[in-house]
Amino acid sequence: MGLSKLFGTVLPHKAYKKLSISTVFINLAFVTIIFLVLNTLINTGILNRYYSTIIVLVLVAIVMSASLNIATGFLGQLVLGHAGFMAIGAYTAALIGIALYPVITDGFLFLSRNLLIFLISASGAALTASIAGLLVGTPALRLRGDYLGIMTLGFGEIVRIILTNVEFTGGAQGLKAIPRIMTFPIAFWTTATIVLVIYLFMFSRHGRAILSIREDEIASESVGINITKYKIMGFVLASMFGGIGGAIFAFQGGFLAPVSFGFIKSVEIFVIVVLGGMGSISGAIVAAIFLTFLPELLRDFDQYRLLLYSMMLILTMLFRPQGMMGTKEFDTPRYLRALKRFFLRKKKTDDLLKGSDQ
Amino acid sequence: MALLEVKDLTIRFGGLTAVDNFELILESNELVGLIGPNGAGKTTIFNLLTGVYAPTEGSIHVDGVNTKNKKPNQIVMLGSSRTFQNIRLFKDMSVIDNIKVAYHNQMTYNLLSSIVKNKKFRREEQEAVDVAVELLKVFGLEQFQNELAKNLPYGKQRKLEIARALATNPKILLLDEPAAGMNPQETEELMETIKLVKERFKVSVLLIEHDMKLVMGICERIIVVDYGKIIAKGSPKEIRKDKAVIKAYLGE
Repeated sequence: MGLSKLFGTVLPHKAYKKLSISTVFINLAFVTIIFLVLNTLINTGILNRYYSTIIVLVLVAIVMSASLNIATGFLGQLVLGHAGFMAIGAYTAALIGIALYPVITDGFLFLSRNLLIFLISASGAALTASIAGLLVGTPALRLRGDYLGIMTLGFGEIVRIILTNVEFTGGAQGLKAIPRIMTFPIAFWTTATIVLVIYLFMFSRHGRAILSIREDEIASESVGINITKYKIMGFVLASMFGGIGGAIFAFQGGFLAPVSFGFIKSVEIFVIVVLGGMGSISGAIVAAIFLTFLPELLRDFDQYRLLLYSMMLILTMLFRPQGMMGTKEFDTPRYLRALKRFFLRKKKTDDLLKGSDQ
Repeated sequence: MALLEVKDLTIRFGGLTAVDNFELILESNELVGLIGPNGAGKTTIFNLLTGVYAPTEGSIHVDGVNTKNKKPNQIVMLGSSRTFQNIRLFKDMSVIDNIKVAYHNQMTYNLLSSIVKNKKFRREEQEAVDVAVELLKVFGLEQFQNELAKNLPYGKQRKLEIARALATNPKILLLDEPAAGMNPQETEELMETIKLVKERFKVSVLLIEHDMKLVMGICERIIVVDYGKIIAKGSPKEIRKDKAVIKAYLGE
């Protein structure tokens, strides 16, 4: 006997607010406005090439931290080798891109040449990165906390060292002559899609199952959640999106070197997640913007960057351990409602004041 | 066929036999108490029944299905659901989400539906919300639905845990010391809740408890264990007079 039948016909209760589709659309409209503004600024040359490069790097940081957030924030596993997945994605995409660039000379249907090449190589990147995620995630299920952290750290280093020593990736000298097909619109909409997919995923039964594992594994198993399945799912999703982030990165710079994917890169991504709030996608976005712009502004103090990161981590842990956003999400409709209430109230008080004057 | 059939259940941790030849037959819609002094092996029995430990010997059948080599989450799907001695809620999730997590297996939409939010997704999620709210109403928790679980007072957390266990649509409910840490008034309230749950949801309840008032008050049958062995079985009246039980609790 199903529980819903037991309760008979009940009036449909107000669905949990996070379910509403309109929320997604309003947020989407908000994102579109940001896109149009930035795109116009770039096209008219107000933001020069230097800034548009930084913006794409910010987008890469957003993808990386939003994807790491699945494993660290939602699933609650300490992952210190996310740059490894990024590297796998970046190199796969770059190699596919180099091979395809001379072959695909024209667009297809409504897809431009650049977009077509990017889509194919990003799919390849997603595939290889998620296979890597599966390979790391399966044994990692037996480990917890620091042990898992050390294991993933090891994974990141293994990837870097393999890339340094293999011929076809260019070795330590790096992979050159990658077609620089990355444009701002492609990077932006890829990022937006990934963030939207992660967001939608988290507000489903699968997302809740992953959250419940973070909260209490034993309890989660005792209500019938297959924790093995959902841990692997979380790992694979995180590495897959991480791989796509790597693909954007590869086509932006046109050059890849193993050193860019070292332990420090993993820590950078991790710091973004912790600072933004573990379990908040919007927090990760805000922190990604902040932590990518800040080092650029402080170019002269480049060697102190890591010092800055550790300081920020310590300060975050001391004063706001839950991160900037905690587990909350940015919610445009809510802010709009608050704004509306504010103005309505203002109007009302204005009316009242007018009334009392007469 | 009995709902829960346990035969010759034994588990050894090294040289220690924590549970020794435990037997139990639970019929549908029964309320059975499992009592015993501290360290008697009651919680170990629960952990065996729910698949946390694998028995060294013996067999467990839930609704006619042998639970051998089954994982805890698979046993839940056979229809036995539990609560914990030390409350294990999903603390940083809302009260209603706690219930919805447990409703997971009653839903069938796949990964793709959860991203495109199709009709099936919306129907099942709406159903989950409906069931969750109705369940919370039974326990008088509906006004806390958007509260974080960790912010509930202790007694309400206990109730939420029972509600969560019920959301898996169980046939057997295993309650591990539900009255632990409750004051007499809360215990009284809990007794009513357990009775109500048993009638309303047509479940069998197996209950571990130290509060004798609660156990004697609501259990139809009682099983007493000590050092992993059953030392007495019977109605509350019989147990109260049983020599072995008195000896186990009070000494010679």
